[in-house]
Amino acid sequence: MIKAILIFNNHGKPRLIRFYQYFAEDMQQQIIRETFHLVSKRDDNVCNFLEGGSLIGGSDYKLIYRHYATLYFVFCVDSSESELGILDLIQVFVETLDKCFENVCELDLIFHMDKVHYILQEVVMGGMVLETNMNEIVAQVEVQNRMEKSELCNQN
Amino acid sequence: MALKIVKGSIDRMFDKNLQDLVRGIRNHKEDEAKYISTCIDEIKQELKQDNIAVKANAVCKLTYLQMLGYDVSWAAFNIVEVMSSSKFTYKRIGYLAASQCFHENTDVIMLTTNQIRKDLSSPNQYDTGVALTGLSCFVTPDLARDLANDIMTLMSHTKPYIRKKAVLIMYKVFLKYPESLRPAFPRLKEKLEDPDPGVQSAAVNVICELARRNPKNYLSLAPLFFKLMTSSTNNWVLIKIIKLFGALTPLEPRLGKKLIEPLTNLIHSTSAMSLLYECVNTVIAVLISLSSGMPNHSASIQLCVQKLRILIEDSDQNLKYLGLLAMSKILKTHPKSVQSHKDLILQCLDDKDESIRLRALDLLYGMVSKKNLMEIVKKLMIHVDKAEGTTYRDELLTKIIDICSQSNYQYITNFEWYISILVELTRLEGTRHGHLIASQMLDVAIRVKAIRVFAVAQMATLLDNAHLLTGNMQRNGICEVLYAAAWICGEFSEHLENPVQTLEAMLRPKVATLPGHIQAVYVQNAAKLFATILKNQEGNTDSTAAQETSQMMIDRLPLFVQSANLEVQERASCILQLVKYIQKLQQKDVEVAEEVSALFAGELNPVAPKAQKKVPVPEGLDLDAWINEPPSESESEDEQPKAIFTKEEPKHSRPRHTEVDEKELARRREARKQEQANNPFYIKASPSSQKVYQEAPGVEHIPVVQIDLSVPLKVPATTPSHPTGLPMSDQYVKLEEERRQKERAEKKKKEKKKRKEKRSGRGKKHDSGPESEEDITPAHVVDIVTEEMPENALPSDDDDKDPNDPHKALDIDLDKPLADSEKLPVRSHRAAGAPKSSAEDGEAENATPQEPKKKSSKEKRDKKKDKERDRKRSKEEKKKKKHKHEEKEEDLLGGQAEEPVVQSEETKEVEAQPTSTSAEVSDLDFWLSNAPVPSNTQEAATVAEAAPAPEAPAGTAADSEPEEPKDTETEESKSSKHKKKKQKKEKEEKEKKKKKKHHHHHHHSDGGGEESVQNGTVEEEEPLPPMSNYCLLAENSYIKMMMEDADQVCDIQGNLQDGSQVVVSVIFENKSDSFLKSMEFNVLDSLNSKLQRPEGSGPHDGLTVPFQLPPGVSNEARFVFTVQSIVMPQKLKGTLTFIVKNEDSSTHEKLDFKLHFTCTSYLITTPCYSDAFAKLLESGDLKSSSVRLEGVNMPFHHLLARICFHHHFSVVERIDSCASMYSRSIQGHHVCLLVKTSGQTVSIDAKCDEPTLLGNVLDEIKQTFSQC
Repeated sequence: MIKAILIFNNHGKPRLIRFYQYFAEDMQQQIIRETFHLVSKRDDNVCNFLEGGSLIGGSDYKLIYRHYATLYFVFCVDSSESELGILDLIQVFVETLDKCFENVCELDLIFHMDKVHYILQEVVMGGMVLETNMNEIVAQVEVQNRMEKSELCNQN
Repeated sequence: MALKIVKGSIDRMFDKNLQDLVRGIRNHKEDEAKYISTCIDEIKQELKQDNIAVKANAVCKLTYLQMLGYDVSWAAFNIVEVMSSSKFTYKRIGYLAASQCFHENTDVIMLTTNQIRKDLSSPNQYDTGVALTGLSCFVTPDLARDLANDIMTLMSHTKPYIRKKAVLIMYKVFLKYPESLRPAFPRLKEKLEDPDPGVQSAAVNVICELARRNPKNYLSLAPLFFKLMTSSTNNWVLIKIIKLFGALTPLEPRLGKKLIEPLTNLIHSTSAMSLLYECVNTVIAVLISLSSGMPNHSASIQLCVQKLRILIEDSDQNLKYLGLLAMSKILKTHPKSVQSHKDLILQCLDDKDESIRLRALDLLYGMVSKKNLMEIVKKLMIHVDKAEGTTYRDELLTKIIDICSQSNYQYITNFEWYISILVELTRLEGTRHGHLIASQMLDVAIRVKAIRVFAVAQMATLLDNAHLLTGNMQRNGICEVLYAAAWICGEFSEHLENPVQTLEAMLRPKVATLPGHIQAVYVQNAAKLFATILKNQEGNTDSTAAQETSQMMIDRLPLFVQSANLEVQERASCILQLVKYIQKLQQKDVEVAEEVSALFAGELNPVAPKAQKKVPVPEGLDLDAWINEPPSESESEDEQPKAIFTKEEPKHSRPRHTEVDEKELARRREARKQEQANNPFYIKASPSSQKVYQEAPGVEHIPVVQIDLSVPLKVPATTPSHPTGLPMSDQYVKLEEERRQKERAEKKKKEKKKRKEKRSGRGKKHDSGPESEEDITPAHVVDIVTEEMPENALPSDDDDKDPNDPHKALDIDLDKPLADSEKLPVRSHRAAGAPKSSAEDGEAENATPQEPKKKSSKEKRDKKKDKERDRKRSKEEKKKKKHKHEEKEEDLLGGQAEEPVVQSEETKEVEAQPTSTSAEVSDLDFWLSNAPVPSNTQEAATVAEAAPAPEAPAGTAADSEPEEPKDTETEESKSSKHKKKKQKKEKEEKEKKKKKKHHHHHHHSDGGGEESVQNGTVEEEEPLPPMSNYCLLAENSYIKMMMEDADQVCDIQGNLQDGSQVVVSVIFENKSDSFLKSMEFNVLDSLNSKLQRPEGSGPHDGLTVPFQLPPGVSNEARFVFTVQSIVMPQKLKGTLTFIVKNEDSSTHEKLDFKLHFTCTSYLITTPCYSDAFAKLLESGDLKSSSVRLEGVNMPFHHLLARICFHHHFSVVERIDSCASMYSRSIQGHHVCLLVKTSGQTVSIDAKCDEPTLLGNVLDEIKQTFSQC
């Protein structure tokens, strides 16, 4: 199970947070801060796994993250997930973002947090991996975006 | 109205949307909070409007603000409004907001039930999808109960997009509403074979999550998953399945055996690192689960270790990390294979990545041995010096201590070295772990008596240089060490070289700056020191020295009397008065030393951490009973006693090592006992101690090695900044090396002599090879005092699971048939009634009404079978037939049109599952029992083919259904609990017999009990006489020696996991009044059969029986034999030697016995289906033979039970007075019997592919019946 997905930038500003277990808002912010603190002090050429973030869950949990330019993508997962698998999943997610936003950059995530959520919803659902095939994900996202567009056109 | 809408959209144009909000926040960096609060006010206004577009926009902005940490729960109702919009765009916004901020306690959630239900049944699949996604995040028990049925319906939706979401969300529903698991499970299982890979993967995902928590309930799915594993190409699915198998194998070792080959193939073939890694991981899990039974999987271990080495050597840090992680799993069971990669792991300690260094450290813990401990610790000490950052250094420190102290200091051969390491560690700056070092010092000094002299000297130096430790406030943590130092110097002050100097050091004014609890120890131990000094000085004629010491105490102690710390103050004032009084006496020339030292007489022994818990409740004491009348309710509420001086301790502070599970502990204990037994220098702590079962033979005769103090005890002053020359510990490393070398040389000499003496002996393995573990002897007599336990301590731990684990509720037997009451609640009135019918169809399919259909099909099949037998067609034709037949049956069951036509028998079984539990279990059993021949997949396939009828195991047993489940379960002979019970029973029985002075036949048959159930194949109510496979061993000598020795009874059984292993269980019973100990069991190996001995022991060494026997006690030990050929019965001669210990004398005794391995003991009860049985008989590969028994006077079912029990057969089919039976040898020979009876004559026709074996088995059967 994936327990949380956090995206924040090099300064620790959250760009997307998605908890699959309830935490109160202040707790969420604390988790983000702590995770950022753990992740940001690591060099880029060290491994992408981190044990023992104290806030989310105990010894069964791991932080698996990737660092792209200005953004950190951090997944907090338990031992039922394959470490390398999750790394691949992050890659799939980022590539999907890249396709949907055409050369994604941090600004896209800043201004379109909702869209990023919708894309993520096609990849992970309720903490479990839903789809790993990028083309399938992109196709579903695009259909829904078209629906949205046509609804808005009809209204105006 | 129209105006309103227009107005709304005009308003909207002036509203901020999400992008504006974000931009605004970015432009107000300095007063962000203020800006956002104005925005929230705007949003509140917007939410008040009727226009849904405006509301949705507001909610969208709230979602963003929630991410920044603002609580938006006040808008929950508005979110629900937006969720219920008919437009997808808004609905999506609403659900997103809900999924971000709703939780179980959000009260508006209960308003959403109907809305969600409506969305779930929406014709637009994306409405449904959005609802499912949202629901997955905020599902509550109520929602789960109300919507479970709707979601289950969606699992069969036409769109795979919906199906996969519905399948995934079921996991959340199960968690919140566990009752839904059983009704929904059949459909979930169906989805494992969904044509859409996404749905399939979702189903695998859910079942893996479920199975991870409660694996035993999912064992029956193993065949299906196995098929998926060999057929799927989706790496995601493969990884999940392989991980799942990793969780299942510990429960079913045969599964592991079956898995090894396909996994190995995957390891060789896959290019995906993630898959490779998971394969290796699961192979490791398999090997771990098998390691108890069979040591010869070295090829697989080698493969794993090799692959992991490649990973670790990879430049990719991730692979390196994972490689180390997996390596640590192997380490637990196969430390030898990992140890050879020590170089690599030490190298990883230098890695720049902390994650990797920590992993490597973890590995080191398991890799140490007596031989390399010093070397490894030396490396670590270098790292300690180099390490930057206190966290890593602290980690290193704790690891060093862990490594050295593990399993009761098992690997330490030289405690002087260890003490000096601890002393060196005190020089660490800013460590938090001073208390750890301190407790190690205390532990070693208390428990290793021989080291006390040395330890005391070291500690005295530490005390002398205390200023170096405490000088810097930053190093506060380390001053804990002084606590230990002071205590050791005080407690063992008789070993001090210059006690006065130490006393002086302990009373320095500077001490007053130490933490209170340390000062208290200082004061107390100053008193102890004082007592010792008095004692030393009393003999002298000059009494001034003694008086000077008293004066010093009187001068210095007032400093502590003024202490703010209560403890210090109290102790100091007590002692001060005492000393003053002593001084008075001294002045009168009274001898006081005796009395003063009496204050501190006696030795303190360590108490085991669990000792308190293990005190058994005395008989007749009921702890739950009230002593007085219970107080009235109202009082008890608020009156809790308050601690006055100390804060109450947090309740969860349990000692760390209680978490180690009992099995592991037992294993370690065992290992340690072995270790101690092999260690001639080990001296038992005290005869009363319960823990010690064993003593090395003849301890008295072993020469005690003198402590060779070639290193001066004086420690060079520990100057922290510039340690001069070699650190202390290094000197010990050198010395130890030299010592070992000398020892080795001596040993070689001796061995040479030996070799000269007997030249003709077989080639010796380890005389020229590298030094082995056992060869290294400790430097001096090491007496590790065991921790004290109360008398009659209970040996087992009660395991405590987390009662709050949500998965506990999901521990549900999924194979039982569904009851009507278990159907999911279907709501009575609904808005849109479309998908209801299909839901109910699904229900009906899974529920009970299937029974009659089933029966009819069974009858048909039976008929068919008979016909087939009559015709005796060729195999191929029959197979075709069966296929047709199966397809027909599929139609009968009807209605699974979307199912793909993947018709292997295994899936069929699984589908038919809910109706026949017992068949299910034995199906799995059968599937697994083919495991030994995985190399030939085709063969495996045909065997599986042969078992299509789920209800086949006892075809005629239809009328005895209730007994069947038990029957199959015990036949599996894997439930060890049962077995143990049985054995206990038999022991008791045995004892009873003894009293009657009965003499034993091979097998006995009286007493009473329920064992009849275990014999299987019981059809009538009439109870069967219980039977035992235990027979008397060593009868002759036994009678002669009956007075004082053990009585052995044994049971020989083939080990099902290995084609060449036989396990012999021997019960030793002490019939004498004396204590029996040091039992050694030895057998003269024959060419064919060999006793398995631990690695490193010679071919003629005996095995130590791992327990001792007090009078009247019996216990059981198991011995493993390897056997090559099993077609002939065999006899092995053996002896048991032991020491009989009376109060005043002890004598060596010996008992000879003969182990009789009958051919029967090579047979394993294996269930067989009648079809498979018929096919086997027709195959023509089997040789036949027959035997007639006359004068058998017992009911037929007793006779069958007897054959089943004594000769490990199972009944395939029974018709009246005729029965077919089947068994299998450990090497895979089939043995088939046809037993007929008429009057008192029983004829047995038998077939087997090995005629010699068959002949012998028949002889044995004959013998069994001739004896009764």
